[in-house]
Amino acid sequence: MIRTAVVRLEGVGRSFGEGHTAVVALHSTDLEVGPGEFVAIMGPSGSGKTTLLSLIGGLDRPSSGHVLVDGQDVGSLAARDLAVLRRRTVGYVFQDLNLLPSLTARENVALPLELDGRPARAARGQASAMLDALGLDGLDDRFPDDLSGGEQQRVAIARAMVGERKILLADEPTGALDSITGESVMRLLRSHCVGGGTVILVTHDAAHAAWADRVVFLRDGRIVDETRSAAVGAA
Amino acid sequence: MSVKHGLLALLAEAPRHGYQLKTDLERRTGGSWAINIGQIYTTLQRLARDGLVEVAGSDGDRNDYRITPAGRHQLNDWFSAPIVPDGPPREELTIKVLLAIAARDVDVTELLQRQRTASVEHLQALTRRKAQADPNNELFFLVMLDGLIFRTEAEIRWLDATEARIRDAQRGNRS
Repeated sequence: MIRTAVVRLEGVGRSFGEGHTAVVALHSTDLEVGPGEFVAIMGPSGSGKTTLLSLIGGLDRPSSGHVLVDGQDVGSLAARDLAVLRRRTVGYVFQDLNLLPSLTARENVALPLELDGRPARAARGQASAMLDALGLDGLDDRFPDDLSGGEQQRVAIARAMVGERKILLADEPTGALDSITGESVMRLLRSHCVGGGTVILVTHDAAHAAWADRVVFLRDGRIVDETRSAAVGAA
Repeated sequence: MSVKHGLLALLAEAPRHGYQLKTDLERRTGGSWAINIGQIYTTLQRLARDGLVEVAGSDGDRNDYRITPAGRHQLNDWFSAPIVPDGPPREELTIKVLLAIAARDVDVTELLQRQRTASVEHLQALTRRKAQADPNNELFFLVMLDGLIFRTEAEIRWLDATEARIRDAQRGNRS
């Protein structure tokens, strides 16, 4: 057991429907992810990867068991507290970028801070600093339509990381990108862990999963195996 | 891959002696190819015999070799021709999986998962080396690593496809 686990799943299951028609998306699952750890979840379509990520991110509630994120039981949080957890602790990156087209890169990155009540000016300053830190300086005032696919995805990661959120959840974030651009996205996710952050990546692509410290394999809603954990940055 | 074309490619740039050829070839191939110095000298002798290289000079102890027009011609042919596989695959993994599918008492899904985990661990080790390499100064090394990474990735995709194909076949048999 990782004493300081940032994410802990205890007997977490998720099924849809009831009785004869019930479909089990995830069987009773245990998983622990520590601070500074990069974990990839691999499996074929329908294996339960996205269900697992949605449960960790508080976007869905388990049918059984407990999901603890940063020490809080997500299933028992009131809607309002869950919203705070999602804004302050967890960042999401999806395959569909979900950048708002009418906002600049900086405004997109500042959005979660502003939604959390930060004054616009301070939020935008912090957003600029985040873009700089990720080597995206110069993109601040560009609109999503003027950015390449790789740049858009990196801005989406900046938005997920801003505000020192501890946990980054990524669902196939490199979907339509070529290999070298996809690699730059993986480097960015790794950089989040170097600073002590945690990344959980869902992917069916082994080359991307290989950037993780540990790869967990799902099949038919069960964890069937995992790679030996390697120290972060080990050769 | 023959040592022959490696030596011709280096000699097309400038004359070199045997030991230089060994170290330059190792560096140029990202450290992926350790070549015996004896193999370098026997290959040079064979290339000289066939008129593809010749001795350009000697400092007593060792000969400098240079490429001949015939050698350059053969090198150009090699660079222009794509590499195509020359027969059905015979590597151990393919054969093992094929035999396991036919065997009644082997859990193929388990076998595929064990191989997948091992292959992903190998991919992680390669990726960690890539993450630490300097993209500006280690181009040869990175290109060599990419080659190993994409081949391992292809193997994993094949494992995934094999598992899906076996499942489909099992479903087809049941219905």
